[in-house]
Amino acid sequence: MSGLSASLPRPRRRYATGGAGALGLGVATLWLSLIVLLPLAAVVDHSVQDGLDAFWTSVSSRQAVAALVFTLLVSLLVTAINVVMGTVIAWVLARDQFAGKRAVNALIDLPFALPTIVAGLTLLALYGQAIAFTKWAVLLALLFVTLPFVVRAVQPVLIELDRDMEQAAHSLGASHRTTFLRIVLPNLAPAIVSGAALAFARAVGEFGSIVLISGNKPFDTQVSAVYAYKQLESDNTTGAAAVSVVLLALSLLVLVALRFMEGRRHRWNG
Amino acid sequence: MASRLSLRVVALVYLGAVLVAPVAVVAYKTFEPGLGSVWDSVTTPAAISAFWLTLEVAAIAVPLNAAVGVMTALALVRGKVPGRRFVEALIDLPFAISPVVVGLALVLLYGREGWFGDDLAKAGVTILFSFPGLALATIFVTLPFVVREVAPVLREVGEDQEQAAATLGASRWQAFWRITLPAIRWGLVYGVVLSTARAIGEFGAVSVVSGKVAGETETLTLLVEKRFQNFDLSGAYAASTLLALIALVTLGAMVLVNQRKELS
Repeated sequence: MSGLSASLPRPRRRYATGGAGALGLGVATLWLSLIVLLPLAAVVDHSVQDGLDAFWTSVSSRQAVAALVFTLLVSLLVTAINVVMGTVIAWVLARDQFAGKRAVNALIDLPFALPTIVAGLTLLALYGQAIAFTKWAVLLALLFVTLPFVVRAVQPVLIELDRDMEQAAHSLGASHRTTFLRIVLPNLAPAIVSGAALAFARAVGEFGSIVLISGNKPFDTQVSAVYAYKQLESDNTTGAAAVSVVLLALSLLVLVALRFMEGRRHRWNG
Repeated sequence: MASRLSLRVVALVYLGAVLVAPVAVVAYKTFEPGLGSVWDSVTTPAAISAFWLTLEVAAIAVPLNAAVGVMTALALVRGKVPGRRFVEALIDLPFAISPVVVGLALVLLYGREGWFGDDLAKAGVTILFSFPGLALATIFVTLPFVVREVAPVLREVGEDQEQAAATLGASRWQAFWRITLPAIRWGLVYGVVLSTARAIGEFGAVSVVSGKVAGETETLTLLVEKRFQNFDLSGAYAASTLLALIALVTLGAMVLVNQRKELS
C-alpha cells in the first residue's frame, strides 16, 4: 500500500490545501494582530513613553518589587505543590480503580469551568475566618485555579505508558520506589514540566480568584497583577503599563521555553 | 497495596479540601436563607441584565473565534506558507497573559490616552466602558481555545480523505463541508465549550474595561464582585451559584464531548 501511494503522483495537492493555507494564515495573522498584538504593543509603547528612566522607576519602586517578589515566590511554591499533587492525582486516576472515579476525573476540570471570582468567593466562604487577607489565602486561591494543569498533562502520558517496562523492572527485583524513580518518572518528566510551566504562567498572572481573598495589602499579600490593577485605578497608567510589561515578559519567557522544549520532541501540539 | 490506598486517600483529600468543600459550602450558604430569597436575588433587574449581557458577549466572542479558529488551525496544520511558525508561537499568548494586562492593553489602545483615543472620540465611537470593550476583552482571552482543540484533530485525521475528495472533483468548499468539518466536529465542539465557559466566567479583563454600570456594562462575574463589596453576601453567593451551575453544565458537556471524541 505504501509502495503504491509512493509511486503515484500526489494528485492536486496544492489545490486541496496550499491555497487555503495562504488565505487562512492571512486571516489568522490579521485576527491575532488586531485582537492580541496591537493592544500589547500599546502597553509596551505606553510603558516607555516617559523614557526608560521613568519605566525603571515604576518597575523598581519598593511596592512594585515587593509585589513581584511575592508573586514569583508564591507561584514557584504553587508550581512545586502542583508537580507533586498533580502527579499523584494523575497516577490515582490512571492506575487506581475505585467507585466514583469517573466523577472525580470530571471534577478535575472544575477550575477551568468555574469563574475565577467565584473560586475566590468559595474559598473565602469556607476558609475565610482562618486565612482571609493572609499569604495563605493567595496560596490556596492559586492552588485552586492551577490544579488541572499538571494532572491533565501527566494523565494521558501515564495511560499511554507501556507497562512492560515497569513489569520488567519488578521482575528484575526493583522495588516500587526504584521502578517509579528510574522507569516511570523519566517518562513523565516532559509532561510534568510542561504542565508545571503552564501552572506557573497562570499563577503569575492570576487576578480574579485573588482579588477578594488577598485583602491586597502592600508589602504583604499584594501580587503584581493586583498591583497593576490598583495603579490603573489610581490613574497611573504608565506605572500599570510598566508592571504589565514585566508580567508580559514573564509570560513570553515561559511560552518560549515551553515551545523550545516541545519542539525538541515533536511539533506543535501534536 | 497499602501505598496505592494511601495515594488514593491523599489525592481525594486534597481534591476535597481544595475543590469540593469550598464549592459545596457556597452552594449550602446560598440556599440557607431559602429558595425564595435566592430566586429574588438572581431575578433583580441588575442580575437579569447582567445575565443577558454575559450571554450576549459570549454570543459575539465564541462564534467569531470558532470561525477564525478553524481557519487558523487549517492554515497551521495543512498550509505550507512561511510565517506559520510565527503564528503558531503567538497563538497561545492569551493563555499566558494576566487578565489585568489584557484589560490595560485595551485601555491603552482605545482609551482617552490610547493610540486610537482621539480618532475614536472624533468619530464619536465608544469602545471602552461599553459593549464593544467587553466583547474585545472576551475575544482576546478566548482566542486560542478552538485552534488548540481543532489543530491536533486535524493532524490526526490526516489529509488522505481530503485529497481523495479533490481527486474525485470536489471543490475546496465541498471537501471542507463534507470531509474536513465532520472529521473535526468534536474537537470544534470541545473548543467551543471551553471558550463559552471562559467567556462567561471572565473577570479580570472585563473588570478593567467595563466601567461597571449596573444594567449596562455589568456582567455576572462583575455583579458577584460588586455585591460582595457592598456586603450583600447572600446576593453574591446566589449569583456565584448561578455561575457555578453554568460551570457544572459546562463540565457535563465536556465529559459528553470527550466520550464522543474517543468514540469517533
